[in-house]
Amino acid sequence: MSAMAANSGVNGVELGVVLFFFILVTAGGFFAVRWRRADSMQSLDEWGLGGRGFGTFITYFLLGGDLYTAYTFIAVPAAMFATGAVSGFFAVPYTIIVYPIIFIFMPRLWSVSHRHGYVTPADFVRGRYDSRILALAVAVTGIIATMPYIALQLVGIQAVLDTMGIGGSGNTFVKDLPLIVAFAVLAAYTYSSGLRAPALIAFVKDGLIYLVIIVAIVYVAVKIGFGGVFDSAQTKMNTVKNGKPTGSFVPPSSLYWAYGTLAFGSALALFMYPHSVTAVLSGRSRNVIRRNAVILPTYSLMLGLLALLGFVAIHEKTSVFGQDGKANPQLAVPHLFDQIFPDWFAGVAFAAIAIGALVPAAIMSIAAANLFTRNIYREFLRPHATPAHEARVAKITSLVVKFGALLFVLGMDRQNAINLQLLGGVWILQTLLAIVVGLYTRWFHRWALLAGWAVAMVYGTVTAYRQTVPNASTRLVDGKPVTTVHGMRHFGTSLADFPGTTTKVYIAVTALLLNIAVAVVLTLVFRLIKAPAGTDATQPGDYYSDAPSKGVIVAAEDVIAADAPERTRAPD
Amino acid sequence: MPSDPVERRTPLPEPRPLPVGVMVLAGLLLAIPLAALALVPTYAKKDPHLWGFPFFYWYQFLWVFLASGFTWAAYVVIARARRGSER
Repeated sequence: MSAMAANSGVNGVELGVVLFFFILVTAGGFFAVRWRRADSMQSLDEWGLGGRGFGTFITYFLLGGDLYTAYTFIAVPAAMFATGAVSGFFAVPYTIIVYPIIFIFMPRLWSVSHRHGYVTPADFVRGRYDSRILALAVAVTGIIATMPYIALQLVGIQAVLDTMGIGGSGNTFVKDLPLIVAFAVLAAYTYSSGLRAPALIAFVKDGLIYLVIIVAIVYVAVKIGFGGVFDSAQTKMNTVKNGKPTGSFVPPSSLYWAYGTLAFGSALALFMYPHSVTAVLSGRSRNVIRRNAVILPTYSLMLGLLALLGFVAIHEKTSVFGQDGKANPQLAVPHLFDQIFPDWFAGVAFAAIAIGALVPAAIMSIAAANLFTRNIYREFLRPHATPAHEARVAKITSLVVKFGALLFVLGMDRQNAINLQLLGGVWILQTLLAIVVGLYTRWFHRWALLAGWAVAMVYGTVTAYRQTVPNASTRLVDGKPVTTVHGMRHFGTSLADFPGTTTKVYIAVTALLLNIAVAVVLTLVFRLIKAPAGTDATQPGDYYSDAPSKGVIVAAEDVIAADAPERTRAPD
Repeated sequence: MPSDPVERRTPLPEPRPLPVGVMVLAGLLLAIPLAALALVPTYAKKDPHLWGFPFFYWYQFLWVFLASGFTWAAYVVIARARRGSER
């Protein structure tokens, strides 16, 4: 119950509760290989997509566990705590509008993937456009964009460990050892159980998260009152520091475009991420996806409430100084829980956050591994790889990807964790034309898509790099916060002036517009010179394949039954 | 799993797309939440408050439920059209 976690040593009760849940999910992760048992795990369909047989219920938890990550529990409230609505609350409209968007196009991707055995979005691009290079571009983008997103999960786990008094001091190795151990265990059961592990653990994760958020919100409503919370937040955001307000309580007119483009850009990007596609493709039917688009907003409600906890931390004057003595907004929510909950329940909350980071990290590494195996290894290195060989390569790649993310987080600046995700969004959104538009029309020329992608990737990366902010760190000196500045750091924000104006917009959206412009112009040029457009491997009927004829639905069920006759399926 | 399930599933009747009217209606239902949240100036204000929540905050929470409702309506429209086409 200490307000100041810094230098107060390890909290035994909290650590005990977290360890209990960690051991529980670890056992679950290894057990998962037997869950909904398949004849053999030696294929990407089984290891990487859980047998493609998950119903509405399991998919709900899997997608929820997949999409609502440490981004939700740590980064969004931290942004609300530090600078308010524009940098944090946009996540609410983002996670609202994402579902109508999914409802529209994901069933098409599911159908065409199911018919042709596609495992990754790049597989689809390869078949649709008959272009290995374009598929490679999509695959590489997916892998690169996933890395900072996995790193964000590690930042979340670190925040919890730091709050409990673990890590933070000593040399680099000792400091980060608990994080490395947790990740090694995660890597081990992902290696053996594949997508079944996070699918099973997601139940525990979501149960804990819902419990914690309900208790926290009831506590705030009864003991503190939301009116006071909003008043404190408004006061902080309007406080002028160095001639600028601290943040935004309600977006000012100069930031309407910023707020809107962050929400829409993030929503369009979310389902380009390989891990979202992986979770969707593991569903049993188109209707599993559509029903989930209706019920998944329950998680958005939770995200909004968690975001408000950033404001609660402002009201409660929660200290965000970590073990290393530096201020870190990522600690706002863990420290708030430490402050308002008894130790045992704070432990439950920390377990929820830590497991909430492990589940998506597992799915992301599986998705990145699928991409590497199908679209780089089999495509360019070993064209005749057997399914068993593919599964083996994917397992090893999942280890490599996790290790890469670990280096990312140990090496990179963690001041503004939400930026890690937004930076990933800048890249992944550039595959939208090839994937989403490709589901509807083959009008765009494959080379034009490649050129548009390349120009937008360079533009987005360079623009994001050029957004510098003062590299400031705040420490407590004699009980008073003192801020020191060491030059400037790059990738400081994901907003930049729209070219030719002074209106701030999300860089991903500007880059996408450039991407579209280049692709349209070059498509016209390539058509004029009659450049070869390649052969489309898909047919119009492939895009709505389990509807509307009754015969097809029955046949699709037969295919599933033939694949795994012994499988017991959850009621749908 | 064999490399291409399409071969195994033939000869099946080719599925037909839904009628245009149904697609347009479902599309409109799904576009409403997108349009509402895209219009940031309509809700970037503090008043009126509700249970201590400024308008900006409670309005967006409200849209969590409304958007889910509109998506459900689109689902019903499509599901009905599909059942109808089998009769």
